[in-house]
Amino acid sequence: MGNFIGKSVKRKEDVRFLTGKGRYTDDIKLPGMTHAAFVRSPYAHAKILNIDTSAALRAEGVVAIFTGSDECGNYGVPCGWQVNFKNGETMREPQQPLLAKGKVRYVGEAVAIVIAETLEQARDAAELVEVDYEELPAVTNPKEAMQDGAPLVHDQWPDNRAFDWCIGNDRAEVEKALASAHHVTELEYVNQRLAPNAIEPRSYIADYNVAEDKWTLYTSTQNPHLIRLLLCAFALGIPEHKVRVVSYDVGGGFGSKIFHYTQEALLTWVTKQIGRPVKWTADRSEAFLTDAHGRDHVVKAKMGFDKEGKIVALLADEYCAMGAYLSTFAPAIPTYLHGTLFQGLYTTPLIHLDVTAPFTHTVPVDAYRGAGRPEATYLLERLIETGAKEMGMDPADIRFKNFIPAFDGVNQPGYQTQVALQYDSGNYAPVLKRALEMVDYENFRKEQAEARKQGKLLGIGISTYIEACGIAPSAVVGALGARAGLYEVGEVRVQPTGKVSIYTGSHAHGQGHETTFAQIVADKLGISIEDVEIIHGDSEQSAFGMGTYGSRSLAVGGSAIVKSIEKVLEKGAKIAAHKLEAAVEDLEYADGKWTVKGTDKSISFGDVALTAYVPHDYPEGVEPGLDFSSFYDPVNFTYPFGAHIAVVEVCPDTGKVTLKRFVTCDDVGNVINPMIVDGQVHGGVVQGIGQALLEGVVYDENGQMVSGSYMDYAMPRADDVPMIETDRTVTPCPHNPLGVKGAGEAGTIGATPAVVNAVVDALWHLGVRDIAMPLTPARVWAAMQGKS
Amino acid sequence: MKISLTVNGKQYAHEVEPRMSLTHYLREVLNLTGTHIGCDTSSCGACTVLLDGVAVKSCTILAVQADGCEVTTIEGLAQGSDLHPIQEAFREHHGLQCGFCTPGMVMTAVDILQNNPNPSEEEIRHGLEGNFCRCTGYHNIVKSIQHAAEKINA
Repeated sequence: MGNFIGKSVKRKEDVRFLTGKGRYTDDIKLPGMTHAAFVRSPYAHAKILNIDTSAALRAEGVVAIFTGSDECGNYGVPCGWQVNFKNGETMREPQQPLLAKGKVRYVGEAVAIVIAETLEQARDAAELVEVDYEELPAVTNPKEAMQDGAPLVHDQWPDNRAFDWCIGNDRAEVEKALASAHHVTELEYVNQRLAPNAIEPRSYIADYNVAEDKWTLYTSTQNPHLIRLLLCAFALGIPEHKVRVVSYDVGGGFGSKIFHYTQEALLTWVTKQIGRPVKWTADRSEAFLTDAHGRDHVVKAKMGFDKEGKIVALLADEYCAMGAYLSTFAPAIPTYLHGTLFQGLYTTPLIHLDVTAPFTHTVPVDAYRGAGRPEATYLLERLIETGAKEMGMDPADIRFKNFIPAFDGVNQPGYQTQVALQYDSGNYAPVLKRALEMVDYENFRKEQAEARKQGKLLGIGISTYIEACGIAPSAVVGALGARAGLYEVGEVRVQPTGKVSIYTGSHAHGQGHETTFAQIVADKLGISIEDVEIIHGDSEQSAFGMGTYGSRSLAVGGSAIVKSIEKVLEKGAKIAAHKLEAAVEDLEYADGKWTVKGTDKSISFGDVALTAYVPHDYPEGVEPGLDFSSFYDPVNFTYPFGAHIAVVEVCPDTGKVTLKRFVTCDDVGNVINPMIVDGQVHGGVVQGIGQALLEGVVYDENGQMVSGSYMDYAMPRADDVPMIETDRTVTPCPHNPLGVKGAGEAGTIGATPAVVNAVVDALWHLGVRDIAMPLTPARVWAAMQGKS
Repeated sequence: MKISLTVNGKQYAHEVEPRMSLTHYLREVLNLTGTHIGCDTSSCGACTVLLDGVAVKSCTILAVQADGCEVTTIEGLAQGSDLHPIQEAFREHHGLQCGFCTPGMVMTAVDILQNNPNPSEEEIRHGLEGNFCRCTGYHNIVKSIQHAAEKINA
């Protein structure tokens, strides 16, 4: 540990945010900028018979109006991951048009874009666009979408199946093991659809510069280079070197700002047509209607146990909604980011998952914080907890019995799962042990029994989880269907005065990279953290990078920076050796200087930097300058894990759940900044609690979204949650230079089943076995009355 | 309509459309983009400012209603380079991540501590009920306000 790594260094980025000086996309104003508003479909499924823009075109301030009949209607945004059918057939891949053509397939799909001098004028004019629709029947539930006679989302295919997929052991073998198991626990439930709800709505400004024949797209994205590639090479077919994609400050992403949205491509097309910059910022209703959603799995799952409580087999069938079109990474979420986590922390010898992924008349579904892994953990943790209770076993004991024994990935090999992955390192019992201690599990059971006598309903729920972060290497994800690599770039530019600029392909939207990455650099170089600047979010500044999602930035992006620093130090040593008239082997680097071992002869990092740029007295055969760039492609994913425990009280009269305590013990490998890791856990946990108790996107039978505003979609507020009590163990990642694993999604992965398990625990003696999420007072109360 | 008002201690007079919200006036006319817009139903609190010293959601106030008033936005809270104790506490206790809800949270916190210099955790949580944060789980926001209260009262 150096001066910075492992310390809760205060964030370098905070002052600009705290003083109102953040640079979010909607804050940017360009000279001559126009504003866009969309005309959106009020129907989930309809034929577009006619669009009359004549009145709108005459409205004050209108610059232009485009519909799917214009040239832009020929373009669409691509999908970035291909998952083929089990029988080898190619995934069905409809193009998502920039503006609907002929048909609309979800409520909120854009049919026209209106450009005007002001936002108000654009919105007023959009209301004057008249669209004639012929409404058609719609289907929004993924299981219903697969039933015979279900309305078709895309007429060219005989059913709604985008693909099907399976993973694990032979299904017949798993079924056989279940048939002969001592006990089988079975659950059927819906892992409900969620709206990601970053508080900053998506925002884009496209600006075509005629003189340079170049575009600039300002966008609230998590991955500017990826957007540039998808936009240029796949959506519009424009030259990539003529496009700059800029994403300064982004107000939260949670996955929803990974994807290449139609509006990015459409605005980029529009700006050239009108010869002026154009801005669009979603309002919250548009965010609900058009941001890619998360989850939406209809699940049937069985877990078989022997009489000691050891899991003998796991089988699941899931219908996982894709929405009307395939969003950027949609096919990967219920497959390679979901089924591959079915081993969990347990030694389950036989596992099989069958996934059917249908199109539905809804907005596309894609990655939302955790992306497939919360759904896997929910399935495992609800099953093992229910199994324990059905067999009269303690839910903590049954987990200890099933944990994979500790392995560090160095002296012991990684753990080969039944579902393709090989875990890097793990030591699972200590996290649960610690969480149980923190919550005082033994005493809680006594307290619970006592409370019950007084008519109070207390419950405790455990969840232990594993997650896969920093998915890699590129060759492996390519073989699994990714149409992108998953490395990261990190460039170190040492300035002549020894100050350091770092250009990273990772992108921060709350994670604090400007601080954590600077901690790493300052430590490795032995310089002040103030002398390090982290630059990200501009495709013309950093080399082609992959961005931030899947808890990858530190493990992959941080490692790329470390590689570049090693190169800087290697070259710096040659310059230092020359200046000190010593051999490179005789030098050591510490505290920002090279010293000839055993002497007081030394040269500082700053002096070496200056020498590199003013190479008057310089080693032969060494190039001037001290800049290095590295691409880091990890050898494996990283596998953080942890234990979460929720304590709840259920009101016997109303069914309202009060979260009394929430305890976590996570293991995210080595920690660079504990304050930031804790913050990631707090936020993730509360999002997970949100899914358990409050959140859910609801479409009615006509495909109307009836939860399309903050008045209708409940999200956790400050008084819905307690303080989150956190602790950690440290099991380093054996395969990246920092030994780090990733912490961004742990909270949402672990928390949800802990809360549901706790509520069911409070009500088990009343015969309650399961309650559908979100566990609203009405649902809990009904379950208590035997009506769930 | 013509309005004149004081924002962060400076006098302004502008001709505005009657339907213009105070948020849009601050962001679009005065270029004070620290006040954010997170929703259209007055639910998220990202647009919170002080109107004559009281926290309001500026998206539900028309610019014309602020005529003759004194408005303080996040840009007006620090004294030069000295952060307000609440801003300082947010920095010290990691009360922000992406920063988007932060201006509204800070302005709401000013109001909470103005009305109740020694709030309990429960009172702070109740006071923050009108402000969404999707990043922090509120934990460190509550902590920040608790510490700010201690500092202000010290």
